[in-house]
Amino acid sequence: MSELSVKHLLGIKYLNEKDIQLIFETADHFKEVINRSIKKVPSLRDITIANVFFENSTRTKLSFELAEKRLSADVINFSAGQSSVKKGETLIDTVNNILAMKVDMLVMRHPNPGAGIFLSKHVNAAIINAGDGAHEHPTQALLDSYSIREKLGDVAGKNVVIVGDILHSRVALSNIFALKLQGANVKVCGPKTLLPKHIASLGVEVETNLRKALNWCDVANMLRIQNERLDISYFPSTREYTQQFGVNKALLNSLDKEIVIMHPGPINRGVEITSDVADSKQSIILNQVENGVAIRMAVIYLLASKIK
Amino acid sequence: MSQKVLLSATEISIILHRLACQLLENHLDFKNTVLIGIQPRGSFVAERLTTILKEEYGVKHIDLGFLDITFYRDDFRRGDKTLEATKTKIDFLVEDKNVVLIDDVLYTGRSINAALTALQSFGRPKEVELLTLIDRRFSRHLPIQPNYRGRQVDAINHEKVKVLWKENDGKDVIYLIDR
Repeated sequence: MSELSVKHLLGIKYLNEKDIQLIFETADHFKEVINRSIKKVPSLRDITIANVFFENSTRTKLSFELAEKRLSADVINFSAGQSSVKKGETLIDTVNNILAMKVDMLVMRHPNPGAGIFLSKHVNAAIINAGDGAHEHPTQALLDSYSIREKLGDVAGKNVVIVGDILHSRVALSNIFALKLQGANVKVCGPKTLLPKHIASLGVEVETNLRKALNWCDVANMLRIQNERLDISYFPSTREYTQQFGVNKALLNSLDKEIVIMHPGPINRGVEITSDVADSKQSIILNQVENGVAIRMAVIYLLASKIK
Repeated sequence: MSQKVLLSATEISIILHRLACQLLENHLDFKNTVLIGIQPRGSFVAERLTTILKEEYGVKHIDLGFLDITFYRDDFRRGDKTLEATKTKIDFLVEDKNVVLIDDVLYTGRSINAALTALQSFGRPKEVELLTLIDRRFSRHLPIQPNYRGRQVDAINHEKVKVLWKENDGKDVIYLIDR
């Protein structure tokens, strides 16, 4: 099998294990390309891609745009803030107007869960979900698994704990799907108020003691406390959260083994992790960012090859 | 489907030795020359030639690279299948070097065209030559000709030249297959 089983990347839920392997193998080649002095290949010179962001983003948008440009695609950017969405235009109308300008592929971030899935049923373009509300963020999960594979050789059989706000996190959900699909063992850890009630039904274990979770794991993926999504108080104070669920160097040094630290960014330094942890050699945070471009190039390349 | 043997293992070996001698004649000690095999099938030819040059003709050092051209091909989205990439491994710069591109079969010339584009990512070579084991005459889509050719073949379009290598396919042989 040398092609994806899907036409859109709406979520990890719709992929199979072979898809993930194909994306990783393709990303290996692109990683070699982006480490050359000339980092560009002409594959997608006849493809136009629109980055449609209805929600703020820095690194995901930059990473997608860079990936698109390194594949030689034509790129247009659209941010909801400066658009007719404010004037009351519907999502389908907005997108159809963009597509009328002969756009082949859409990369979309939207605050509503399922926005990409909805759109894929109504418009004629390949869609990549760059985050839909608290639902999925598939390329982030792919680059996280890819970074684990790069650091530890394989994802299968590894113990991964996802720490923090699991309730509001699309990164957590996509990561759980991706890690389980590849045969990793997954635990989630955080304040009970930020753990969804039925999360165990996804095949993950729940742990509320951070030290226990860290002693068990090979990799800890530290999620950001998303203050913008916390509409009510889920924990008494940031200081208390940090005391119970923040990782610092002393805690890491007191563990039985050396674990790998990941963070999808942006980091609240001193909240989820301290600076000395974020910048330590155990941290692969910047590798994640580099791998993000390679993974997105692979996803775009593989989906674009299915556009006829 | 019928197939006939175009070249046997012995003939392939004789031709490889001749090609190695021709390379030697033009490039002597290979100090400013690099060999680049086009992935996936050209790499076998490049590796064989390197081995012959080193072991039988005493060339001390040869820079050998493998170039994948998938992302430079001009038929992206034009076939049914996704083009699958292979590994590129070029650990040197080609800046100001004599480059010998090596492939197994020269057919339409489009692969070589893609390889020339891909090569630009690794510097500006002084000169680029082309070595090909089999040259399918009369089937070129582009004005590309080899500098070194193993055997010239008059194959028509529905025929296919298939090159097998011991290290990959179990034996050295070249077939002409009528599809």
